[in-house]
Formats: sequence, C-alpha cells, structure tokens
Amino acid sequence: MVSEETIRRLEKIALKMRLDILEMVGVGKAGHLGGSSSCADIVATLYFHKMRIDPDNPKAEDRDRFLLSKGHGALAQYAALVELGYIPREEMKKTKTLEGILQGHPDMKKTPGIEANTGSLGQGLSIAVGMALGLRLDKKDSKVYVIVGDGELAEGQIWEAAMCASYYKLDNLIAIVDNNKLQATGPIEERLNIFPIAPKWEAFGWYVREIDGHNIREIIEVLDEVDNVYGKPKVIIAKTIKGKGFSFAENNPAFHNSPLTEEQYLQAKKELEEQMARWS
Amino acid sequence: MTLENLREAYGKTLVELGAVNKNIVVLDADLSKSTRTILFQEAYPDRFFEMSIAEQNMVSVAAGLSLVGKIPFVHSFAVFATGRTYDQIRQSVCIAGLNVKICGSSCGLSDFGDGATHQSIEDVALMRVLPNMVVLVPADANETRKMVKAMVKHYGPMYIRINRNDLPVFTSEEGEYEIGKLYQLKDGEDIAIFANGVMVSKAMIASDMLERKGIYAKVINASTVKPLEKEEILRYIKGVKGIIVAEEHSIIGGLGSAILEQIRNVKHPPVEFIGIKDKFGTSTNNYEELLAHYGLTAEAIVDTAISLVRGE
Repeated sequence: MVSEETIRRLEKIALKMRLDILEMVGVGKAGHLGGSSSCADIVATLYFHKMRIDPDNPKAEDRDRFLLSKGHGALAQYAALVELGYIPREEMKKTKTLEGILQGHPDMKKTPGIEANTGSLGQGLSIAVGMALGLRLDKKDSKVYVIVGDGELAEGQIWEAAMCASYYKLDNLIAIVDNNKLQATGPIEERLNIFPIAPKWEAFGWYVREIDGHNIREIIEVLDEVDNVYGKPKVIIAKTIKGKGFSFAENNPAFHNSPLTEEQYLQAKKELEEQMARWS
Repeated sequence: MTLENLREAYGKTLVELGAVNKNIVVLDADLSKSTRTILFQEAYPDRFFEMSIAEQNMVSVAAGLSLVGKIPFVHSFAVFATGRTYDQIRQSVCIAGLNVKICGSSCGLSDFGDGATHQSIEDVALMRVLPNMVVLVPADANETRKMVKAMVKHYGPMYIRINRNDLPVFTSEEGEYEIGKLYQLKDGEDIAIFANGVMVSKAMIASDMLERKGIYAKVINASTVKPLEKEEILRYIKGVKGIIVAEEHSIIGGLGSAILEQIRNVKHPPVEFIGIKDKFGTSTNNYEELLAHYGLTAEAIVDTAISLVRGE
C-alpha cells in the first residue's frame, strides 16, 4: 500500500519540476514545454521513488537505467536531475547555450546522469533493449526504464525493437508510452493514426497495462505490479495531457516547441507557485 | 600467390578473440552464414544475438550493449550496414563515441551477382564523414586478422569493410596493425599508388607491369581511410611525377577524397583516381569481369601512370 505521504511528496516534486521546466523554457526562446510536462509525473515517480539509484554514486554499476527515447522531453529529465543534485541548479539558466551543459536533446557526453544520446526518434527503445540484454548477460538485476512518445510509435524502428525485446524475453525492460495524443503539428489520430496502441503491443508479445499518467498512485502501483511479471517485456501506456500543469498549453500542439511570451511565462509561474503554496 | 577468404579470416579471428575477451558480443542481421559470424555463434551462443532482418534496431541495440560495458560487433552487407542504418550509427553511436564495431561484409562490387542493391559504392564516404568514426579497409586475410585485433584494443566507433571473395595474400602475418599508418609494400620513384582493399593487389600487378616499361611506381596500402594524417601522406609523395589513388568505391568521398583533403594546401603532383565513376553497380557472374567493367584493373592503373609520367 502506497502511503498518502509518499504520493504528496512525489506530487510536490513533480510540481517543482514543472517550475524548473518553465525556467528552462524561459521567455522568447523555443523549448519543448508540452512533451516535457506530459511525462513529468512519470519521470518524478521513477527517479524519486521507483528506481534503484544512488545520488552519491551516479555511476553505480547496479543502478537502474532511465532513457528518454522521446529525447525532446529532455527538460523533464533535466529538472529531475537538478532536483537530485546531478546537475547544478545554475545550469538551468544556460540551457541550450554554448556555455551550458544542457543540450536541446539528452547528451551523455555533456550532462551528468544522462545514460544515452537520444533524440532521433525510435532509437532509444532499441538502446534500452541493448542495455537490458547486456545487463542480463552479466546476471545483473538492474532494470531499464524507457519513456517512448506516442507520436514516436510511427517510427518503424520501434516495432523492430518491440519484436526483439519479446523474442529475447527481456523482463528487465519496462517501456512507458507517454500517450499525450499530440505530435508536433497536431493530433496523432488525424495523421498516421497509431491508435489503438494496447493491442499492437500485445500482438508483439509484451505485457500491457494502461494507466492515468498523472496519477502518482496509479504510476507507483503499476510499476510495482510489473516487477512480478516474468518472461516478457512490459509496456505501460500512460494517458497524459500534453502541456499538463500549464493551463494555456494543455492539449495545445502549439506548445510542442515554441517560445513563451512574458505574459504566458508569468501566468504559468503564478499558477504553479499558487499550487505549491496551497500544498505547503 | 596464395588466395584466402577475408570473411573466413574475419569470423575465425572473432572466435579467437572471443575466447579471451568475454565482453565481445556479436550481432548479425540474418546473414551470419555469409559474414561468417556463424563461427562465433557456434562457439559462444550466449554472446551471439540474431537481430534478424532489422538492421536499424541492431545498431541501436549495439549502442545499448556498449553502454553496459560490452564490445559489440554488428554485421550485415556493407550497403545495409552503413546505408540502412546511417542515422542509427550517427545518432545512437557516433555522437556519444560509443564502442561499437560495424562490419560491412560483401563490400564494394564483391557481391557481384546480386547487383546494384547489394553492392556498396558509397559506404566509405558515409562512414568517413562521421565525427569519431574510424574507417578500415583490409587488403587481404592477414591484414583482416590484425585489424580485428586492433579494433578490440581501440575504444570507439569503427567501421571495417570486408571483401566477399578470395583475395591474394601478400601483407605480413607478423606484427600488430597500427591504425592510421600507411604501409608501403613496394618502392618506386616515379609514381605513388595509394590503394586499399582489392585494389592493392591490382596496384602490385600494375607496378610490376610498369617496371617492365621502365616506370617505377611505389605501392602504398592505405588500409586506414580515417584517421589519415597529412604528414603520413607527404612522406610518400615527395619527388614523384604523379599520384594514383585506387579503390573499389565511388571516386566521390572515398580514399581519393580523403588524401586530397589532407594535401589540399601543399604543392603536390597531379592526382588521378581509379574508382567507380559515380555509377551504381550491376550484376555479373564473375567478379573480375565486373571490376573490369568499372575500370578497376591493373591495366587501367598502368595507363594512368604512363599518362602521368608523360605529363598528359
């Protein structure tokens, strides 16, 4: 049973992460607000509750791995890594600058805590498959978590990786689909319509669960549940809202990667800080 | 001269190295009988991963394996190993400089029967343009064996291009392969022939033919296409009347381009290319016939050398 206290703690961290995402997007610069905020609750739950990681020893061999196959959601991961102390807080101001260490997409050579270079869609899931294969070969019990976008499911490589993971029975691999229903230019169902998603993963031999990707309790419970599923890879389809937490950006594809006006920035900051104050 | 198969030498060397280094893992895309990684599969089934006909996934999976400490060797025909997977090699492997070894088997025109779809004329160019990538083109079985050993010792992305057919063995069995070094096989003061792969043996024959006409051509085995340093090239071109670069590859972007890029800002003798002149391949039932069709012969090197000496 997950305690109310744990859930409150994680909700607060996720809210703090959204404030950090807002800081990194800033005013007048482009930034992937929508896809970073849709996966923020999942990222928070993984880093601050579920995964076996040691902030004092970020490279510990037995750590669980986290990959963002939808690399454009990097701001959510950066926010978590800032909160964990892997990335100095002052780096947030230098996002996407020549002086900074935070790239537009995750770069393991530049940013502490990043496990692989992702951003070209479809590849992160395969990289996660490789890690899971290698860890199993070494008889390590570390798990590999990977967030995949629902728009990203249009990439053929995703389904190559899906076949590969089930053929090799990778039960140390957990994929989470950030199912926010929007891609850069608009609704997925009005483009190459990938829906319904669940039967496709089932047909590829995965254990499939669907949850509300903003409900921390559901996220925790499903992550615990899939620990006890053996012999196949697992996928959690998390229903999410693109732009979640930013009232003007929710379900609006215009905020995939666009600049914020000063008014929008201040409005978002006010709304998030008010929420924060209510919880403290 | 003895003939030996490069694929077989490659496959056996991987098995030999796999016995000592348990981190070596092998991935293949349903071509293990042809690439000869089947030998590794038979020896170490737990470290061989059949990735089936899904090359893009194979390369990114290899990136993941390298991130947990493995030394993955990935295999397909050269055309698929570099073209089909170009973005995965670029994004998953090279930007992070991961320790992934890519083997392009049946390279160049060496898969003579299968035609344009299966013949790689641009793989060296594609791999060479990627930052962090090392590009190796062995001339024979001996060099192949030494290169594979060097690949395990060197951390980082590497591409090796393997000919499908039996080729004459003339490089030494002795010593270790030094990445980035040019190997002079024969001396001569009139012409410098830089060649790699199957064209090294053609260059050796051409040099003998030229000698009978009183023209002395040195032959340099340029089996590392990248990294290739200017000083290394300058050592061999001093005083010659002409330079010939011979490769089983498009004349665009391969070894010839790599050499000219390096010597672009120094005074140098005229340079001619023996290579595939911006054309796709075609099917034949005979490798030598196909090489001749594209002008990749000792005779073509001889004619070019004569023209250069005459100042034509």
